[in-house]
Amino acid sequence: MELQSTYNLKIVKQFAIMTVIWGIVGMTVGVFIAAQLVWPELNFDLPWTTYSRLRPLHTNAVIFAFGGSALFATSYYVVQRTCQVRLFSDGLASFTFWGWNLVIVLAAITLPMGITSSKEYAELEWPIDILIAVVWVVYGIVFFGTIVKRKVKHIYVANWFYGAFIITVAILHIVNSAAVPVTLTKSYSAYAGAMDAMIQWWYGHNAVGFFLTAGFLGMMYYFVPKQAGRPVYSYRLSVVHFWALISTYIWAGPHHLHYTALPDWTQTVGMLFSLVLLAPSWGGMINGIMTLSGAWDKLRTDPILRFLLVSLSFYGMSTFEGPMMAIKTVNALSHYTDWTVGHVHSGALGWVGFVSIGAIYFLLPRVVGKAEMYSKKLMEFHFWTATLGVVLYITAMWIAGIMQGLMWRAVNDDGTLTYSFVESLSAMYPYYFVRFLGGALYLAGMVSMAYNMWKTIQGSKTAVESIPQTA
Amino acid sequence: MDISTIRSFFTVLIFAIFIGIWIWAWSGKRKKDFDEAANLPFADEEKMKPMTDRRERTS
Repeated sequence: MELQSTYNLKIVKQFAIMTVIWGIVGMTVGVFIAAQLVWPELNFDLPWTTYSRLRPLHTNAVIFAFGGSALFATSYYVVQRTCQVRLFSDGLASFTFWGWNLVIVLAAITLPMGITSSKEYAELEWPIDILIAVVWVVYGIVFFGTIVKRKVKHIYVANWFYGAFIITVAILHIVNSAAVPVTLTKSYSAYAGAMDAMIQWWYGHNAVGFFLTAGFLGMMYYFVPKQAGRPVYSYRLSVVHFWALISTYIWAGPHHLHYTALPDWTQTVGMLFSLVLLAPSWGGMINGIMTLSGAWDKLRTDPILRFLLVSLSFYGMSTFEGPMMAIKTVNALSHYTDWTVGHVHSGALGWVGFVSIGAIYFLLPRVVGKAEMYSKKLMEFHFWTATLGVVLYITAMWIAGIMQGLMWRAVNDDGTLTYSFVESLSAMYPYYFVRFLGGALYLAGMVSMAYNMWKTIQGSKTAVESIPQTA
Repeated sequence: MDISTIRSFFTVLIFAIFIGIWIWAWSGKRKKDFDEAANLPFADEEKMKPMTDRRERTS
């Protein structure tokens, strides 16, 4: 069959374009709510535009719409090319595209209306949860179906990471979203009390570990070697990296619930596994960075490689910071402060954002049969605005967070609190402004990417690329 | 058997499997297969005309 001898690049192109578009939407909401924290009048006294309703819209849009589209685009590309076959089913792949985008649109409608299950990163109500589950299972069928019909002997390590991400996210989503529906827009969790909290953060932390880490490590293991023009530094290390990472992450969730009603021993397990996690995380980071050894000069001229390398640097930073913050005594200072917000954004903007941007810049010209992006200058511009944006964002949040933690725990000689809460809040103004500025810079970079993308794909057709016929 | 004994046994078992993975990954027999697998990102471009400015591979 003619079709079977070519790659399905259409689905990759669709998801790649939506990555940029949803990225801009999600980050715009983020910058807007950051501005609300500096200028509270920006909630316009309307229920739909309050911080509490827009914040979940921001997190869902950047994690699942931007990050999710990047994962779909790259996994569909990588699995086809490293298995040397066309996707298992074009129809089902297309279903995941329209289904996933429908989920995002429904989220953008229901969250500002205040329809929420109030579980962090799992706010969407039960009918949307069911749609997510269906789309996800179909995603799994397309991905693993492609692996099963592969023409090569080995399953490349990137596909192991993508595969673990797909399976684990399905389990996490289905278990955590179990609920008793009351009406079409209201349900109650199937779990109660401390168990509900534990399941929520088992889900929440593994959304970080598998959605925001394992999937993007799959991206790293394909695009870093590809762009550097040399195979991964150590394949055997990547095998140990895989098994160590997936078997450790799953236990780290309780560090979100230190000093709560969760049993003490559970908190300690969470803390210890978080500390152990440093080893596989850094093993993977070193494996990625060392892949560039002997090709360091390319960093000077290649903005894609620079995005990928900086993403690994932020990955190293935030996976060092994370285990430190999971230590109970450190957590006593950092928890509930903006330090946590800074930590998340160091991972999300620095690691997930940069590796996705690099991979999408790699994909965009290829899916329309061009040699490179329309403008390298704009990619350079994007790199520097994004880098400056992340650095401003996280340093502002470090200072703000540690200051909050110290002010909240300060006591006078007679045992009364030194500061009222509102005093700590008004001390935040300058840092919240710097955070807004950092976010706006990062967003500006994304807008330049959209223009660059538009000029690259303008007037072009989806590339047709034939699969090499292996003996 | 006491539940704690089962848990302890499980912990030791998982640890042994982990060490086993290290030994397996570093055994000389795997070298050839791993080299093949590591080159998969480049394997599908070798036999066809390069679509883009494919870089010279240095190693």
